[in-house]
Amino acid sequence: MEVQIDSGRCQGHGRCYDIAPGVFGEDVEGYGNVPGDGTVPTGNEREARLAVASCPERAITLIEGA
Amino acid sequence: MTADDRFNKDFRHSDRDRFHVSRGKIITGPVTDWATDFSHLDPRWSADPFPIMDDLRQRCPIAHTERFGGAWLPTLYEDIAAIAYDTDRFSSLGTNLSEFRPPRELAPIGEAPPITSDPPFHHGARKLLLPAFTKTAVAKLEPGTRAFCHSLIDGLKGRNVVDAAHDYAQQIPSRVIGDLLGLPPEDRERFHELATNLEGEGKQSRDERIEHMGRVFIYLLAEVNKHIEQPRDDLISYLLNAELHGRKLEPNHVIGTIMLLLIAGISTTYSAIGTSLWHLAGHPQDRERLVAEPELLPTAMEEFLRAYAPVTMARLVKDDMHWRGVDMKADDWILLSFPAANRDPAQFDRADEVIIDREGNRHAAFGLGIHRCLGSHLARMELRVALEVWLERIPEFSLQDPSAVAWGGTQARGPKTLPLRIR
Repeated sequence: MEVQIDSGRCQGHGRCYDIAPGVFGEDVEGYGNVPGDGTVPTGNEREARLAVASCPERAITLIEGA
Repeated sequence: MTADDRFNKDFRHSDRDRFHVSRGKIITGPVTDWATDFSHLDPRWSADPFPIMDDLRQRCPIAHTERFGGAWLPTLYEDIAAIAYDTDRFSSLGTNLSEFRPPRELAPIGEAPPITSDPPFHHGARKLLLPAFTKTAVAKLEPGTRAFCHSLIDGLKGRNVVDAAHDYAQQIPSRVIGDLLGLPPEDRERFHELATNLEGEGKQSRDERIEHMGRVFIYLLAEVNKHIEQPRDDLISYLLNAELHGRKLEPNHVIGTIMLLLIAGISTTYSAIGTSLWHLAGHPQDRERLVAEPELLPTAMEEFLRAYAPVTMARLVKDDMHWRGVDMKADDWILLSFPAANRDPAQFDRADEVIIDREGNRHAAFGLGIHRCLGSHLARMELRVALEVWLERIPEFSLQDPSAVAWGGTQARGPKTLPLRIR
């Protein structure tokens, strides 16, 4: 599973790194980011899906099976 | 280093508020039909706006009023989101819906930047504030906030009935934001009052408003001057040193931003705290479950924010246009109701129910788009800590008299009086 944040849409609500801190991080201005290549660490799939479903700006893309 | 003399000069038009213009005649009194004559000042709206929103969403999804010189009220999530994202056609120069529109001459800064600024000015004005309001930055304020919440509960000792709005919720954000800005602790009551009066501007006459803005300005200018003489590690000193495009901020920008943080950081957050306590007092099953499962609180809190979003913003239509079936005129107001968006059944399953373990909660309580609430991480920290401490110390509480709960706030709705029986 892979995740990507569209930085053009992200407004720094921070729902992703609140809900899935093992998948997403925050930058110095509070925008969400994805450390590494976006691969969701094994065991973090459920929280990654929840974070995607909670983003008010629909800024996260999730690719299943990637 | 040369002395900072920005605030010695006559930087503010002494009568700038005279430019605030009202259009047409002022209409007051109870609303006749919410689809054609709505008013957010009608007490029925602050008491319980949700049935009104639900009715409008069905029969007239973009309601109109001749009041306030012309205003629109969309109630569909998709329309509210579209307006929040469309900064080309909807301006943020005015965000407080009243009879008076800020003069266009105040652009691009506006009265309280960056909330009253449009792109491109908005971007830089917001960017310089962001680092102070990240989740990591506000986490440093958590221990102090928690200790303060405990001290408030300590102060309730021996009482059977307390006003959870006045005695608890309202005390917390004034303290947090006051300390963050660097306003004297002994002034907390005072700036709480100044901020509360500013928020009530929709209900004030023009003269009252001008007088009040003047009072706030004088108070903040004095604080700014104290910080110039003696810089400190706080947000006022940070703003005084901040640069935008290589230059220090204009004095009106500094004062306007301080005013924004004061207004936007107080009644909004205490409304969220008060409303959450009100819900739990009236729903013993939810209260008992949260006491038993404190780890559910972050999820439950998001549901309170969705279902009872306190904050409504406003926009001004830039030019005459036909928009989604209605004819908007330049300078018409839009009442941008995030609470209405959050109750749209097209967006949320069982939108009218409070489901404290709701997951995938894509609510818009903190707005959408470039004006996303700058203080959302701070507000969430305060709300979580306030509820954690209350539930830990006072796990059993109920509404003393549901009819004694007084709701208020024109664009930051919450209980102003909340009598709770705590033993």
